[in-house]
Amino acid sequence: MSSTEPSEPAPLYAAREPVFPRRVKGSFRTLKWVLMALMLGVYYITPWIRWDRGPALPDQAVLLDLANRRFFFFMIEIWPHEFYFVAGLLIMAGLGLFLFTSALGRVWCGYACPQTVWTDLFILVERWVEGDRNNRIRLHRQKWDAEKIRKRLTKWTLWLLIGLATGGAWVFYFTDAPTLLVNLLNGTASPVAYTTIAVATATTFAFGGFAREQMCIYACPWPRIQAAMMDEDTITIGYREWRGEPRGKLHKGQTPEGQGDCIDCMACFNVCPMGIDIRNGQQLECITCGLCIDACDEMMDKIGKPRGLIAYMALKDEPNERAGKPVISVWKHILRPRTMLYFTLWSAVGIALVAALFMRSPIEFNLTPARDPLYVVQGDGSIRNIYTMRLRNKAGKDASFRITVLGEHGDQAVKGLHLIIEGQEANLVTAPADETLTQRLYIEADADSKLAHEDRTELRVWVEDVNGTGRVSVETVFNGKEDH
Amino acid sequence: MSKKPTKKQDVETTGHSWDGISEYNNPLPRWWLWTFYACIVWGVGYSIAMPAWPIFKDGATPGLLGSSTRANVAAEIDRYAKANEGVEAKLVAADLTAIAADPELADYTRNAGAAVFRTWCAQCHGSGAGGNAGLGYPNLLDSDWLWGGSIEDIYTTVQHGIRNTEDGDARYSQMPAFGRDELLEPEQIAQVVQHVRKISGQEFDAALEAEGAVVFADNCASCHMEDGTGDRMQGAPNLTDAIWLYGGDVATLTETVTNARFGVMPSWSFTPEGGEPRLSEAEIRSVAAYVHGLGGGE
Repeated sequence: MSSTEPSEPAPLYAAREPVFPRRVKGSFRTLKWVLMALMLGVYYITPWIRWDRGPALPDQAVLLDLANRRFFFFMIEIWPHEFYFVAGLLIMAGLGLFLFTSALGRVWCGYACPQTVWTDLFILVERWVEGDRNNRIRLHRQKWDAEKIRKRLTKWTLWLLIGLATGGAWVFYFTDAPTLLVNLLNGTASPVAYTTIAVATATTFAFGGFAREQMCIYACPWPRIQAAMMDEDTITIGYREWRGEPRGKLHKGQTPEGQGDCIDCMACFNVCPMGIDIRNGQQLECITCGLCIDACDEMMDKIGKPRGLIAYMALKDEPNERAGKPVISVWKHILRPRTMLYFTLWSAVGIALVAALFMRSPIEFNLTPARDPLYVVQGDGSIRNIYTMRLRNKAGKDASFRITVLGEHGDQAVKGLHLIIEGQEANLVTAPADETLTQRLYIEADADSKLAHEDRTELRVWVEDVNGTGRVSVETVFNGKEDH
Repeated sequence: MSKKPTKKQDVETTGHSWDGISEYNNPLPRWWLWTFYACIVWGVGYSIAMPAWPIFKDGATPGLLGSSTRANVAAEIDRYAKANEGVEAKLVAADLTAIAADPELADYTRNAGAAVFRTWCAQCHGSGAGGNAGLGYPNLLDSDWLWGGSIEDIYTTVQHGIRNTEDGDARYSQMPAFGRDELLEPEQIAQVVQHVRKISGQEFDAALEAEGAVVFADNCASCHMEDGTGDRMQGAPNLTDAIWLYGGDVATLTETVTNARFGVMPSWSFTPEGGEPRLSEAEIRSVAAYVHGLGGGE
């Protein structure tokens, strides 16, 4: 394309060309309805699933307890220090998107993205209220008379209700759902809950009702990244130009000579929620939702031509298809080194996470040696080191733990070493259920012991559940006077 | 996004071309532009409503809504003070020795006491309460106490302080400056220093020490006791243990005996005329409980 000097300055802004997607039937449309029902169902039902965790913990199966900094997912409970699980899940989500994009193009955008799902729902409501494409175009051009006002108000009210349900369901993920619902209804829920609902309602209303495809084209960074993830083997939606062109209208009783299969009926364009014409080739707007395939197949059936003028295909097949040669099978397109690498990475992270999940200890503790001062000389000349111990009791009930201090290798007691626990007579501490106990702990070395005069000595401190359910240890260090 | 498919050639370009790639001159979407304008309007409104322009010598334009982060902080502090009123009343009424056994009071004093300590005590005693050996600021973590290590003793010390003139109830004692005031001859000082070295388990000169024991019995034992273990009633340190406030070497001991020491601590309940006490009763109790729980408490 040659560059042309603009004759006059371009306007500062472009008005949105409204899109009025026509109703369409077909296998992809059905698939999208099923997926929408599934995903909305999961979204709305999940916070209401109950899960018995005993009296001390919430009985909500999926709960992001921000106030207590705990994340519950069925039998899994994640504490803040285990946030790497969340990081791992995010990495998996990222790699999963890479995998799906390189194999199947923008399937996420076309079928699973909340923006697509909610826009689809909003368009469905729009069609119920205002009619199909032609009616909506007429209404769009119509003056603001009683009919238009009535229909628009009905539509917006329904949209707002959907928005409210969306925002309303969102907050249930963060606190006990039944309690919150009662509080929301009698006006005693926290202002944060109401604000969150209001913001989520407003964004759902605006993004699903008005912004729609503009979110994907202008606001979302993901399509740009996806463009870099796709290659000629990626399965994406294409128009078989070599079969369809030259396009032309089909007139009754005529058998057009030298004309392609495309009858220029615009069905593919009319159903497109992004307002693009797939026959122009790959475009950044295309979310590969498959609706143009349904529309074209329907039309091909009517005129007695084979389906698949618009279809999922890999761009690599084009030369073979043009030449009439057999094409590579779908699986060969999908199972290529690139996707296998993504899958390997994705499963490696997944396996690592599952392994880490089952290797978690029911007792967790750490020991922080005081740095100011490094040691304290006692009246009898013995050397005391001060530690802060944090002991997490994840057992769901109060538990007592015995603390012992051993040598570096953790198998033998060290001569002249004593363990003292602030405020306790014996070397026992009790940690309340599902809480972190913070406790000062002292290790003392006799005045004439080797440790008292060394610089640093490695030690190992053991914590053992007195009921014998488990024990764990950490390494720590003892600072002496270093005057030997 | 147009209703009719457009030929790409119709689109304007900016006229720039790099390696044959030219740049579309597409206009901005309207919603984007309006968002941009709305931000400008918001910005103007915000700078009128909120403190914004630093044009005055002593501050910025106050803003119509009268918002102030300083006032917000004051309100936050008030809110916490109100929230703590209950537990503080309970703390003030409680028996000092019962604090550690009450989980609510123990938790409160551990945190509130740490805050008071870091604000008012850490300057001399160090943020870790390790004191400052050599400068005479006692280590509060060890087993040695000049005036007693029970929670009541610590509480009294914090309340009235040591050797200050502002509080009549301050703990008070004074060691004579044996050298400066010529109560002892330099030789006698050298002898008694060797005796102190002996009773504290350090190397000493036996020839001088024998005389020193006599000097000690005559001059020091009334406060430090005959065996040198000190007297907490008078704040006379135990000279037999391994802990030294100023130092146990010969030079430091000689200096101590010659010129004496006079460590002071403010009275934290001191109330200036018509003012508030330096620390409230609850704060004094909190920091006493905190210090008592650092490991040296008796």
